[in-house]
Amino acid sequence: MVSLSAYLLVAAALFCTGVYGVLARRNAIAILMAIELMLNAVNITLVAFWRYLHPAATTGQAFALFVLVVAAAEAAAGLALIISTYRNRETVDVENIDLLKG
Amino acid sequence: METQGTLLPLLVALIPWPPFIAFGLIALVANRWKRLSHTLAILSVAISFVLSQVVFWAAIRTEHLGEHPIAARIVWLPVGARPLEFGVLVDPLGAVMLFMVPLVSLMIFIYSVGYMAGDPHYSRFFALLSLFEAAMLLLVVADNLLMLFIGWEVMGFCSYALIGFWFRKPSAYRAAVKAFMTTRVGDVVMLLGIAYLYAQTGTLNFHDILRNPETLKALAETPSYVAGLSVAALASLLLFAGTVGKSAQFPLHVWLPDAMEGPTPVSAMIHAATMVSAGVYTTIRMFPLLQAGQHGLGGEAAFWVVALIGAFTAFMAATMGMAQNDIKRVLAYSTISQLGYMLAAVGIGAYVAAAFHLITHAFFKALLFLGSGSVIHAVEHGHHPAGSHKGHGEPFDPNDMFNMGGLSRRMPVTFWTFLAGGLSLAGFPLITAGFWSKDEILGEAFRGAFEKGEVLPLLVFLLLATAALLTGFYTMRQIALTFLGEPRTAAAAHAEESPGAMIFPLVFLAFFALLGGFVGVPEGFPVLSGLVGRNWFHAFVGGTLLEHPEALPFHPAPVLLSSAIALAGLFLGWWVYGRRPLAAGAPDPLARLGPVYTFLKNRWYIDDLYHLLFVRPTLWLAERAVALFMDRVVIDGLLHGIADAVWSMGAALRLFDRVVVNGIGDGIGEAVKAAGRELRALQTGLVQNYLLVVVLGILGFIVLYTVAPMLIGF
Amino acid sequence: MTLLQGMFLLFALLTLGAGLMTVLSRHLFHAVLYLILSLVGVAGLFVLLEAEFLAGVQVLIYIGAISILIIFAVMLTRGMARNPGPPLNNQSLAAAVIAGLFFLLLAPVLAGFPWPQAAPPVPGDAIEALGRSLVDPVQFALPFELASVMILAALVGAIFIAREKR
Repeated sequence: MVSLSAYLLVAAALFCTGVYGVLARRNAIAILMAIELMLNAVNITLVAFWRYLHPAATTGQAFALFVLVVAAAEAAAGLALIISTYRNRETVDVENIDLLKG
Repeated sequence: METQGTLLPLLVALIPWPPFIAFGLIALVANRWKRLSHTLAILSVAISFVLSQVVFWAAIRTEHLGEHPIAARIVWLPVGARPLEFGVLVDPLGAVMLFMVPLVSLMIFIYSVGYMAGDPHYSRFFALLSLFEAAMLLLVVADNLLMLFIGWEVMGFCSYALIGFWFRKPSAYRAAVKAFMTTRVGDVVMLLGIAYLYAQTGTLNFHDILRNPETLKALAETPSYVAGLSVAALASLLLFAGTVGKSAQFPLHVWLPDAMEGPTPVSAMIHAATMVSAGVYTTIRMFPLLQAGQHGLGGEAAFWVVALIGAFTAFMAATMGMAQNDIKRVLAYSTISQLGYMLAAVGIGAYVAAAFHLITHAFFKALLFLGSGSVIHAVEHGHHPAGSHKGHGEPFDPNDMFNMGGLSRRMPVTFWTFLAGGLSLAGFPLITAGFWSKDEILGEAFRGAFEKGEVLPLLVFLLLATAALLTGFYTMRQIALTFLGEPRTAAAAHAEESPGAMIFPLVFLAFFALLGGFVGVPEGFPVLSGLVGRNWFHAFVGGTLLEHPEALPFHPAPVLLSSAIALAGLFLGWWVYGRRPLAAGAPDPLARLGPVYTFLKNRWYIDDLYHLLFVRPTLWLAERAVALFMDRVVIDGLLHGIADAVWSMGAALRLFDRVVVNGIGDGIGEAVKAAGRELRALQTGLVQNYLLVVVLGILGFIVLYTVAPMLIGF
Repeated sequence: MTLLQGMFLLFALLTLGAGLMTVLSRHLFHAVLYLILSLVGVAGLFVLLEAEFLAGVQVLIYIGAISILIIFAVMLTRGMARNPGPPLNNQSLAAAVIAGLFFLLLAPVLAGFPWPQAAPPVPGDAIEALGRSLVDPVQFALPFELASVMILAALVGAIFIAREKR
C-alpha cells in the first residue's frame, strides 16, 4: 500500500518544480506551462486527500474538476494575451516586457 | 413566528435590491435616455414600496412582534469562532420605518420627474437617488450595526454627491464637502462605538444585544474606565456621536443648512425622510443600551448628554430659523430643531414618542420641502419671462422669501398643501399629525418634570416649549412672506402652478401630514380616543422594547399647554408678518430687535467660530505660519539691529536658520530623493522578480507558523 | 514491493522527471512534449487513487485540449522558437534555491504528520455521486454554473484579445 504522504510529497515536488519554472523561465509560454504543473500538483493533493480521508464525500473530486476548469480558462486567456503581446512587440520574453518599471 | 415561515424574511431581504439594481442599470445602461432613467428609478422604488407594504401589513398582524420579529440571518464571513452574520430584522420600530421610508421616497421620486425636467444631468440624479434609497432601505432592514453602518456610509457618499449635484456652482461643492467632512467627524466616533461594542459582546446583532437581559446587564455593570461610565453608557454615547453628525445636532449641525444647495427633492429626501432620520432611528434603535446604562455605573450621564444636546439643538435651531430669508434654509433649521425634539425625547426615556415624531416629521417635512421646491420652481420660471432683458445684470435669488409674496392665488394647491405641512410642523391642535407626536413628547417631559419632579425633564420641557413657540412663529412668518399679501417681485407675479408630477406628491403627503397622527391618540382623550380607538402606535412600537413602556395616560394640562404654545406662536407670526403684508423692499420687521436679530441671522456665529477655530488655523499653519515666523525674525533683527549683542544673535539666528532649518528642510527633501533613487532599482518592472519576493514571503510565513513554533517548543 | 507500489513509483518518476524537463528544456516544443508526458503521469496517479473519471478528464482536457492549445501558441510565436536564446533568466539560481527551500520546508511537514495509513474503500457509486453533486442545488450547482459562465467569458475574452486588429 502506498502511503498518503508519498502522494503528497510527489505533489509538493511537482509544485516546487512549477514554482521554479515560473520564476526562472524567460519565455511566457514556458511560464504558462509551469503554472499548469503547479495546478496539477494541487489536483494530485486534492484527489489524494479525497482518497485517503473522505472517499465517501464528493468534495475532493469536485474541487479537482473546478481546478481543471479554471486551468482551461487560464490557458485560453493567457495564451491569447501572449499571442496579442507577440503580435505587438515581436517577443514573448518577459524580460523585455517591463512596462511596470518605476 | 411559526406561520411566517421563510417567505417574509426573504421579502424583507429583497426590499433594498430594486433601487440598487436600478442604480446600476441607470448608471451603466440607461444614462442616455431620460425617460427610461426615471421610469427605472420610479419602478424600482415602487417595487420596494409594494414589498414593504406587504411586510408592514404582515408585521402588524403578527402577535408579539417584539419577541418574535421577522428575521433571518446567514453567515457571511466565517472568521474564527465569531462569524460575521448578515441578516434582516423587522421589529415594530423597523416596521413603521418600512411603512414611511418607501412611501415618502416614492413621492419624492415622482416629484423629481417634474422638478428636474430639463436638467442636463437628469439620469445621474436618478441614479444617485436610487443608490441613496437602496442604502436607506438597507439601513432599515439591517439586523446588525455593521450592515446599518454600511447603509449609513453609502448614504453619506450619496448625500455628498447629491448636495454637490450642481457642482459648477462653487457654493454647492463647498456645501457638499462641508456636509461630508462634518458628518465624518461623527461617523468615525460611531465606528469606534461599533468596534467597542463588538469587542465587548462579540456580536453586532440588534436582537442579540438589545433583547438579551444578561448581555445588557453585563454591559451595564462592566466599567469602561472612561469618565466612570459603564460600557453600555460609553458605547451608546459613541454611537450617539454618529447620530449627532448625521442628524445635524449641535455641535455638528452646521452642514445641514448649507446642504440646501442641492436640488430640492434631495433636500426632501436627505433632510426629511431618510438620512437625518436614519441618525435618530439609530439612537432610538440603540435605546435599550442607553437605558441599560441608566442603572449601572455612571448613572444617567448618558441620558443627560442625549437629552440636553437634543433639547438645546431644538431651541437653538428654532431661534436661527426665525431670521433666515432663504425659504429652504428656514426648513433646514426647522429640521434640525425637530430632530433635536426627537433626541430630547429619547434622552428623557420617551422612546415611543421619539419614534412617533420621527414618522410624522418625515411626512410633513418632506411635504414642506417639496412645497418649497414647487415655489422655487415657479418663481424661477416666473423670473425668466419677467426679467429676460433687465434680469441678467442683477443677481436674482429664487429662494429668497422677500422676493415672493402673494403666491397663494397663483399656486393654490401648493399653498394649501404647504399650509397643511406648516401647521403640522407648528403643531396646530387636533387636526395635524405634528400635534399628536409633539404633544406626546411634551407630555412625557411634563410628566417627568411636574409629576415625578425630576430636573432633566424640566430643563427639556422648558427648552422644547420655547422651541415650539418659535416654531409656530417662523412657520407663520414663512407662510406669510411666501404666500400672503401682494407679489413683491415681477417673478413672483408671473409664477405659475407646478406640473402634475409635482402636485400629486404634495396632495398625497398632505393627507398623511394631517391625518397620520391619529394612530397615536393618547388613551382617554375626549371624544377622539373613542373614535380612533386606543393608542395603537404606542402599543405597537412599544413592543420593540424588552420592558413594555407604559402608555402615557391623557392629561389635560400638557395638551392644553402645548396647544396654547403652538397657537400663540402661529398668532405671533401672523401678527408680525401676516396682518400687514410687507411691501416690496421693506426690511424684515424682526430687524428691529437689533443685535439679537444680527446674532440670529448669523446663526449664533457658530459657523464663523468654526471657521475661526478649525478652518483658519489649518490654513494658517499650512500656508502662513512659516512665512510669518520668518518675518518676525527678520523684523526683530532690524529693530534691535543696533546693539551688537542682538546683531550677533541675529547672525546666530540666521546661521541657525541656514544650517539647521534649511539643513533639515533640504536634508529631508534630499533624503527622500536619494531614497527614491535607491529604491527605484527595486521596481524592476519584471513580474518574475516580484513573484520571487512573493514566494519568499510565503516561505517566511511557513517558517513563522511551522518551523518557528517547533523550535520554541510549542 | 507490490505491483501497486511499483506502478506508483513509475508514475511518480514519470511525472516528476517530465515535469523537471518541462521547465528545463531549451526548446519550447520539447517542453510541451514533456509537459504532455508529465500530465500522463498525473493521470496515472489518478488511476492509482481510484479516481478513474478524473484520470479520463485529465487525458481529454489537459492532454487533448490544453496541450494542443499550447502547441498552437508555440507555433504562432514561431520567431521565438527558431532562435531561442537562453531559456533561463538571471534570477534562475535564486529561483532554484527558493523552490528547493520551499520543498525542504514542506517535506517534513507532509511526511511527518500522522496520516491514517489505510484508506477506507471507495463507494461503488462514487462517480454517480460526483455527477449528482455537481447539479445538486445545495452542493455545487451554483459553482458549476459560475464556472461555465467564467469559461465562456474566458473564451470570448481570449478571442477578443487575440483577434487581428485593423
